[in-house]
Amino acid sequence: MDLFQQLFTDYTLRTVALGAATLGAVSGALGTYAVLRRQSLLGDAISHAALPGIALAFLLTGSKLPLVLMLGAALAGWLATLLVMAVTNMTRVKYDSALGLMLSVFFGFGLVLLTFIQKLPNANQAGLDTFLFGQAAALVQRDVVTMAGLGGVALLAMGCFWKEFKLLSFDAEFGKSLGFPIRWLDVGLTTLLVIAIVIGLQTVGVVLMSAMIIAPPAAARQWTDRLGLMVILSMVFGALAGVSGALLSAGTTNLPTGPTIVLCVSIVVIGSMLLAPNRGLIWRWLRDRRSGRRLRLEAVLLDLYALAAQHDHRDHPHAEAVLDAMNPHMGPTRRKLQALAERGFIRPVEPAQWALTPGGIAEAERLLRSRDGGEGEREKGREGEDR
Amino acid sequence: MTIFQLEIQLVAAVVAAACALPGAFLVLRQMAMMSDAISHAILPGIVVAFFLTGDLSSPLLIIGAALTGVLTVALVEVVNRTQLVKEDAAIGLVFPVLFSIGVILIARYAGDVHLDTDAVLLGELALVPFDRLVLGGYDLGPRALYLMGVVGLTGVLFIALFYKELKLATFDAGLAATLGFLPAVLHYALMGLVSVTAVAAFDAVGSILVVALMVGPPATAHLLTDRLARMIGLSVLLGVVSAVSGYWLAHALDASIAGSMATMVGVLFGAAFLFAPHRGIVAVMRRRVRQRWTFAQKMLTIHLLHHEDRPEAERESRIDHLQEHLQWSADFAGRVVRQSIQNKLVIRTNGHLALTEAGRRLAREAIVQA
Repeated sequence: MDLFQQLFTDYTLRTVALGAATLGAVSGALGTYAVLRRQSLLGDAISHAALPGIALAFLLTGSKLPLVLMLGAALAGWLATLLVMAVTNMTRVKYDSALGLMLSVFFGFGLVLLTFIQKLPNANQAGLDTFLFGQAAALVQRDVVTMAGLGGVALLAMGCFWKEFKLLSFDAEFGKSLGFPIRWLDVGLTTLLVIAIVIGLQTVGVVLMSAMIIAPPAAARQWTDRLGLMVILSMVFGALAGVSGALLSAGTTNLPTGPTIVLCVSIVVIGSMLLAPNRGLIWRWLRDRRSGRRLRLEAVLLDLYALAAQHDHRDHPHAEAVLDAMNPHMGPTRRKLQALAERGFIRPVEPAQWALTPGGIAEAERLLRSRDGGEGEREKGREGEDR
Repeated sequence: MTIFQLEIQLVAAVVAAACALPGAFLVLRQMAMMSDAISHAILPGIVVAFFLTGDLSSPLLIIGAALTGVLTVALVEVVNRTQLVKEDAAIGLVFPVLFSIGVILIARYAGDVHLDTDAVLLGELALVPFDRLVLGGYDLGPRALYLMGVVGLTGVLFIALFYKELKLATFDAGLAATLGFLPAVLHYALMGLVSVTAVAAFDAVGSILVVALMVGPPATAHLLTDRLARMIGLSVLLGVVSAVSGYWLAHALDASIAGSMATMVGVLFGAAFLFAPHRGIVAVMRRRVRQRWTFAQKMLTIHLLHHEDRPEAERESRIDHLQEHLQWSADFAGRVVRQSIQNKLVIRTNGHLALTEAGRRLAREAIVQA
């Protein structure tokens, strides 16, 4: 509560929260496309590759203006992406190797430049190394304004080309046949991704920025099948994780920002993977259990029907022990029989003797018909294939 | 060159060679990014083992980190199995979490020991000669050299013993499984080797440049050869060259040694990308240009053969007619004719072309081929 109040009164805290929210929202939105297009790890490569851009921008201009450094970072990240594309398209080197290579070589070159800068006389280089792990507490208003401006432009562009980017992500071939300039759209979307990454570097750092691209969309994906909703959810998750991580880190000594934000967003991912309706693991487990239960009940009912079919009367009672013996791997059938009785399909006749009710006979025949029908359909399908 | 410099280069070369061995298989199996994941994710293992032993050079650290590496692979597999996210996202979700835990542990509880985050990320080769292995009063050289030597030899041994199995599992996993080679076991063994190599190497070069040494030289070698054994050998060689030249680059710029090594890895790859004998961009371009001209010459001979000894031959064999019939520009047609004459495929008489015997043969062969 105290922290919450400070959010509105404390200048530093407010700046940090705003910056982290911007970063989370923008990377969440554009990360959605990266995750859907199976380019999750491209974010990793871009963020690592940004390091030499930052160092070169500083080396050439001597300025530490956020816009200048971000521009350098963006150019380097963009160049790395183009090189990855060129290497995969023009040689036998595969995508993953090209990514790993560009990521580490660019980063290594960035280190060379950083250490070179550090040894220069009079160079006011302090602060460049915050780009490694990010430092939310060091954000000032100027940084946040730049982040928000660039992020706004990126989101606006995403909105303007919504339909085109959707097409690119889900069916690029179809888009090509409709005459959309798919290659340029690809380059454009990648450029937006680069912007989203560059915005976050100062807060999260180059090493962990990739998580901000992957995690919020991965969480959002569990809750919805619609692109629009996924983008919005992803922005919310990203912003929430960004703010909570940045505030935790700013309020605690010795708690680096980047890792804290990453842990926050990962908790959101784990929660979503477990809890989300339909896709979530708990949901799936419950559903499996329920359908397993239903199938076992049906099996017992049909067994009883099969036994009864050998008598004149379909409601001829049978012993529970027989049903137990017919389903050796199912365990005792008593609970299932009781459940069937509750549904009115069977009735107890004597202790441990059960008979079908008219409703049960109808249900069993319906099940048999639907199974026969199912098989009949399948037969027909197979014939169709043969032809 | 002082003895220190020699020792640093020696360690760098051994690190590069040890990384290249499992790296070759990572590149071929399209799992290069696993090296990135593992080299980041082993951090918490190192930190926890360090807290337990209080000694950075304890072998427990290696074991702890190797276990974390295998845990990473298993976790990626678990996330992947849920089918809730795609495989690349699974990798990208798992390793930042583990790495973050490691960095936070260091920042909070190990602030003032050697184990700081910069050292983890970047490594410091220049400090390697100061940590020496002393046995019974004798100075045997830098400890890292022995550590990496043992790890490198393990890699050599592993690959030598399971060469056939690795080869088969890499190029035809399905067949390997049918023949009972247990590709899953091999997979985890390889990942264990990657983890052990990464942890031993990262004290020297840092976690990110381990990736450069594991992926870069094998990717370069992949452009230079088609044979597995040669590719592994070339990877080791390229790694060593990057290490040594990187050291001297760093020396000249007074910059990070590990960073310079990675830069040299990039330079070597760039050179192979452009100039590799068969697969380099230049070679491919030249081949395309050459094919364009030989194809045009074939077209010309086929065209002439087609109309030879026919009523229209007079009209069709005129040079200026080629522009119209084959839709060639005058310039292009002129060059094709000149080359064809030079190659003795056609002869020119008063603006008309006639096939030579060689030209006729070429045209017939081309038709049969098509």
